[in-house]
Amino acid sequence: MDWLLEPLTYDFLVRALAVTTVAAVVCAVLSCWLVLIGWALMGDAVSHAVLPGVVLAYVFGAPFALGALVFALLAVALIGGLRDSSRLKEDTAIGVVFTTLFALGLVLISVTPSQTDLTHILFGNLLGVATADLVQVLVLAAAAVGVLVAKRRDLTLFAFDPTHAFAIGLSPRRLSALLLGLLAVTTVMALQAVGVILVVALLIIPGATAYLLTDRFSRMLLIAPVIAGVCAVVGIYASFYLDASPGGVVVLTMGSVFALVYLFSPRHGVLLRRRKRAVDAPRKPAARKPAAHPATRPDATSPEGTRA
Amino acid sequence: MIEPSTPPAGSIPPPRSTAPAGSPPPASSTRPADSTPPAAPPSLARLAAPTVTEPPPDLAVDITGLSVCYGDVLALDATDLAVARGRVCGLVGVNGAGKTTLLKSVLGLVRPVAGVVHVDGAPPAAARRAGRLAYVPQAEDVDWDFPLSVHDVVSTGRYAHQGPLRRPRAVDREAVTRALDRVGLAELADRQIGALSGGQRKRAFVARAIAQDASLLLLDEPFAGVDTATQTELTTLLRELAAAGATVLVSTHDLESVPALCDEVALVAGTVVDHGVPARMLRPESLARVFGVGVA
Repeated sequence: MDWLLEPLTYDFLVRALAVTTVAAVVCAVLSCWLVLIGWALMGDAVSHAVLPGVVLAYVFGAPFALGALVFALLAVALIGGLRDSSRLKEDTAIGVVFTTLFALGLVLISVTPSQTDLTHILFGNLLGVATADLVQVLVLAAAAVGVLVAKRRDLTLFAFDPTHAFAIGLSPRRLSALLLGLLAVTTVMALQAVGVILVVALLIIPGATAYLLTDRFSRMLLIAPVIAGVCAVVGIYASFYLDASPGGVVVLTMGSVFALVYLFSPRHGVLLRRRKRAVDAPRKPAARKPAAHPATRPDATSPEGTRA
Repeated sequence: MIEPSTPPAGSIPPPRSTAPAGSPPPASSTRPADSTPPAAPPSLARLAAPTVTEPPPDLAVDITGLSVCYGDVLALDATDLAVARGRVCGLVGVNGAGKTTLLKSVLGLVRPVAGVVHVDGAPPAAARRAGRLAYVPQAEDVDWDFPLSVHDVVSTGRYAHQGPLRRPRAVDREAVTRALDRVGLAELADRQIGALSGGQRKRAFVARAIAQDASLLLLDEPFAGVDTATQTELTTLLRELAAAGATVLVSTHDLESVPALCDEVALVAGTVVDHGVPARMLRPESLARVFGVGVA
């Protein structure tokens, strides 16, 4: 038991554990929608594009979340504008916009006289979590999860069939803005835990793992945060004893769980599915082909779009 | 109006499976009560009453002078179309003729550069908010791997009538159960939506429209890639809904399906080039105008 309790005698480690677990759980809830809409790349883009916003917020003494939100929305607007006003496909637009904004962030950091270490933003600074940081993460987490759970049915309908959502008087545009706004907020939360570069792992892997385990969205919404929470705790403990990068170990744990599920999931695992298919092959429905989500489809002529 | 064997309005439609594929059309029930000849060219009808500002209330769909552009491409040009309530209107034309654009205009999903669309005498937005519009997507536009059950999908039809949290009430659950029964999917309600056959998938989406209690159904190419049994099944179901008062707008490039399903046909080729009863619209000389010479 000692090995379980010993890390908890260090206050900084308790705070690190709390921040990581909470951030991982919230990101996991959001990841269920991101994975299904095909917004993995968008999550990657937004999580990088918030960097200049965070730096500017630091310079002006504004809340990090505000700066991040502004630049997340700016990035999304630029990506959409570039896609719609040129012949570029969406993944190209994403590639141009997020790298440029990320570079702007790097330049801003390098010219800003501050104690904020670049590596802390890029890779997280788990062991330097102050009580104020913890409070901020808890407040943002509660707000994000509250909104996601309250609007989960609308968001799921938007992900599944935005045309029907529109036909019954909902606004797909507003729902997508809501998701992107929450993406920005959760990115800020997870920034300190794992850093800008690995945030996207928290935003994709748990949802992808849960998707391979179940055919019910309501269950995905439980499985993904549970997996993420467990991986966060296991990862932090492991990093303590291995003396390794906490963010890195947490993401590595998630990746390992994903790999196991990918191979052995009873429903959609590669190994078991193949055996099952051999048994009841004739009962399988005709070729399933994923359709690109209309919200991400660059245009009507390239139907496979950006679905990852 | 041709087809004297037409059953009278309100008659019980033939039960499913009595109309095997390939049999003569089970009559497009042109209802005697609504004797406004849909065959009249819409443009002439408009000339006769140019000052009408309020569309007649018995029209489910009333489109006047509608033009839609995608970038530089004119998808629809000065299109007129009027469809009375309780009718099944087929939009027939080649791919790219503007059928889907026409359906999306009725939804209000595309912004016209000119013209007006009215649904039940009001802009589409009013019909959307009231939950009167239902859209059945093309099969290729649906992610069939999405982790939702048939029941989940049909339940989304009720969202139009629920509070902001879409929490299902007893009345919603009943409506979903009834809709699933109606299309014969009650026993498959817990299946993942992609684990259905092509015909069952179509029926699931029609069930969603039934649960929604929609008065205007828009179907985009419902017969693409389905077998004849499914086609017959779906035709019967849509005829039943029309007999109960719903209006159906269905795009298709499959002419075989038209006589059994549609009360009227609009030929689409960049605009509605003609609009009338199927027998007249399906004549070779009419079809030549939208399909080019040598078809049918």
